[in-house]
Amino acid sequence: MAAKSIISRPVYGTLSPQPGKHHLFITDAEGALAIAEMAGSAPPGFFDDAEIVFIPGPDGKHTAALQALRPAQFHLSPSFASLLPRLRQTLANAHMGLRLYLAGTEGLIGQAMQVALEAGIDHTSIQTEHRGSLARRMQCVHCKGITENVTTQPATCAHCGLLLLVRDHYSRRIAAFQGVCINAEDRSEIPPMEEVFR
Amino acid sequence: MSTGTTKLDVVVSDVVPVNDLVTRFHFRRRDGELLPTFSGGAHVVVEMRDGERTRLNPYSLMGSPLDTREYTISVRRDDVGRGGSLFMHRNVKPGMEMVVSYPVNLFSLDLRAKKHLMLAGGIGITPFMAQTAQLAAEGGNFELHYTCRTASLGTYADVLRERYDRRVRLYHDDLDERIELDRLLSTQPLGTHLYVCGPAGMINWVRDRAASLGWPSETVHFEHFAAPQPGLPFDVTLAVSGKTIRVDEQQSLLEAIEAAGVDPPYLCRGGVCGQCETNVISCDGKFIHNDHWLSEEEHRSGKKIMPCVSRFEGRSLVLER
Amino acid sequence: MGITFRKETFRDDFTFRNSPEHIRRFPFPFHEDAYMYAVNIEPHVVGPKGSVLENLIDVDEHYVAEMQDRALVLAEDPLRCQSLPHMTLAGWDLLELLMEQQALGYPEHFTLTRDGDRWRWINRPLGIDDTFTFGDTSTLPYGPMEYITRQSQGDFCILDQRDGNLWMDAGMVTTQADWSLDFDIGMNFFEWHAPVPLAHEKGIFVRALKFLTNIQQGKPARRLNWTMTINPRLDTSPENYHKWGPDRATVTPENVGDKVHLRVELQSFWRLPRSNGIVFPIRCYLIKMDELVTQPKWARHLHRVIRDLPDELANYKGLTRYRSTLVEWLSKLDDGSPTNPGFGPD
Repeated sequence: MAAKSIISRPVYGTLSPQPGKHHLFITDAEGALAIAEMAGSAPPGFFDDAEIVFIPGPDGKHTAALQALRPAQFHLSPSFASLLPRLRQTLANAHMGLRLYLAGTEGLIGQAMQVALEAGIDHTSIQTEHRGSLARRMQCVHCKGITENVTTQPATCAHCGLLLLVRDHYSRRIAAFQGVCINAEDRSEIPPMEEVFR
Repeated sequence: MSTGTTKLDVVVSDVVPVNDLVTRFHFRRRDGELLPTFSGGAHVVVEMRDGERTRLNPYSLMGSPLDTREYTISVRRDDVGRGGSLFMHRNVKPGMEMVVSYPVNLFSLDLRAKKHLMLAGGIGITPFMAQTAQLAAEGGNFELHYTCRTASLGTYADVLRERYDRRVRLYHDDLDERIELDRLLSTQPLGTHLYVCGPAGMINWVRDRAASLGWPSETVHFEHFAAPQPGLPFDVTLAVSGKTIRVDEQQSLLEAIEAAGVDPPYLCRGGVCGQCETNVISCDGKFIHNDHWLSEEEHRSGKKIMPCVSRFEGRSLVLER
Repeated sequence: MGITFRKETFRDDFTFRNSPEHIRRFPFPFHEDAYMYAVNIEPHVVGPKGSVLENLIDVDEHYVAEMQDRALVLAEDPLRCQSLPHMTLAGWDLLELLMEQQALGYPEHFTLTRDGDRWRWINRPLGIDDTFTFGDTSTLPYGPMEYITRQSQGDFCILDQRDGNLWMDAGMVTTQADWSLDFDIGMNFFEWHAPVPLAHEKGIFVRALKFLTNIQQGKPARRLNWTMTINPRLDTSPENYHKWGPDRATVTPENVGDKVHLRVELQSFWRLPRSNGIVFPIRCYLIKMDELVTQPKWARHLHRVIRDLPDELANYKGLTRYRSTLVEWLSKLDDGSPTNPGFGPD
């Protein structure tokens, strides 16, 4: 869990089974463990109406643990980008009563939530649990480019090259933290770069 | 800065009996100007001067928000209430000058909705009259399910069917027609918002089923103005203003406070808006809570009361007013 | 007689100036020698003739130049004006409000004629005469919010009210004090105020939200906010921070009077009738130190406020780099004599 900071910084919870007709889980890497733990408190038959979409990490662990929950549908995806068309279609055809559960890295939770918001799901009704890396998606406020997997403070924008302060200010709509030029007032000031988002 | 609304001086331009129980009232501005624009779901508080007594009741505006030449409300006669609806039915005639509040909306549409699913029971149809007019003009996607006791008491059912055809479904109690609620709630596209207005029992039933079927609370909207109930008279001490007052059988606590010259803010007088929430300093007795504003926990705590609709029975009550 | 609109710029050669009458009507925000956050909200009612409150939507001598500057900003970066899909109705509400108020306050410059939903709008300073159908977006060259806010001074945020909160779901923001509409659009009241230091702990935003969600039609409210800007630059956006940020390092004891500007925002809050949303106009007034200190009382107040400002606030408002130079310059105009409370000039 991230340390408490400002109010726009997302706060993640612990997954818990919600009343509903269908349950859609989207998870990556160690997020799988959050689902496996939640399953302990789920009512019998809960996963009969569930779909689990899993993006395993490079080590490919946890697939068996999720399959053991015997969801109605189980799908492996190599990346979030490859999962997008399927997710969009699922949400476009879904009915009220669908509940969404997101578990894993901040980048996955943010991007999946972004797609869900567009489909008309209110963000407060989505269950989230953060597991794994604290690396950030960052939007450069100057050039609007998104830099993935930012671990340092400050960080260099992958698009325009400005040195950016990675703020805690977060936009659900963009699914990213805000990066603002750290030495705009005097470009000769170059603060040391530290690895802080691991 | 005080809360509350500005008042409008109006004249009753028409009184139209709709059926055995419901009468419609039309108001225009006395100065001939247009009335303020409003949004579907808004209400006004109507001041009824009945001799010595002034009653203030909220009624949903049911005309099209696109037409502000007049405001229209529909009032269902309640023969056992405190007399507000009877006053409207018996005393209010065309040409009479009255005062209503600016419109206030505590039941507004969520315009993000991909579809609006509306459930009405009885006189709860009135806010939907304005909301459907608003949505139809914008090409909005809505569906209305309307339950009434009999066809002859189905206020505006014919008008709605004519305007919106198959987007309106009617259910008559006397024919044992019932909304298949679970099926209805399980077949709505993602992004639908649900609106319910009608008797308390219907609202509770719909909210309860929606929650069980996985509708997030942000997607479920309801409005039910409680009417203040008559009851045993009781005495109250107002600590801030240093007054002791008596609340009569037919009077609400808020009306009694106002009669003593103390004016708490209000927007609805029906236990919904939260403006008149009042702290209890001490009490010896029991509360009869009637509002939709305070949580159950707050009701149990005995530390707060909504004087617009709630009463008290017991030896002493001291309020922070 | 009407307003004489100045030809001036808010960029490059920075020819912006206030006339002597406009200096005297400047909405000076400090009524005492110290400043701290408060929920300083009051009814937005018409104020004295000759003040910025003479009309509820103020139009002044900078109108034409500000609208030209806005057009330049939008040409460079169209993301400064955005409206989420459900906010079009609120845009029409805002168009009605601004047309009515501007025509009411300045009939020599603006005329609105309504015949049912057939409306004619004449804006003489900008040379506009358009006839359109109210509610029909296809009859205007832009969406309703963009159309009217290209013709109205100040930034505009339109807030959707739902679930007991306010959501910033539309806006025209080109003269902002360092916040990004593109980033903040869609956020709720607490989220978009998240970066503001100290105020959350004081419960300021909880009380402010409670007040704002209860704003009623026909009863707008207002408050003042302030910051400082180097050069009379309207567009101090985070988007362009790397372009204007270096200005802050250019302040010297010799150029304080010309470069440093007090920037005051008159924020008002209005319930919108059709959408049940709230519009939040943020009207920005700039005054350079040389102009401000022509009123000795303001010079004394400002000196004491800037000198004693908590460091977090000074930092948030971006004053840190030039604060000591400014305080030193202002101190020479403060003889230490007691200063009457109140906003007005001497």
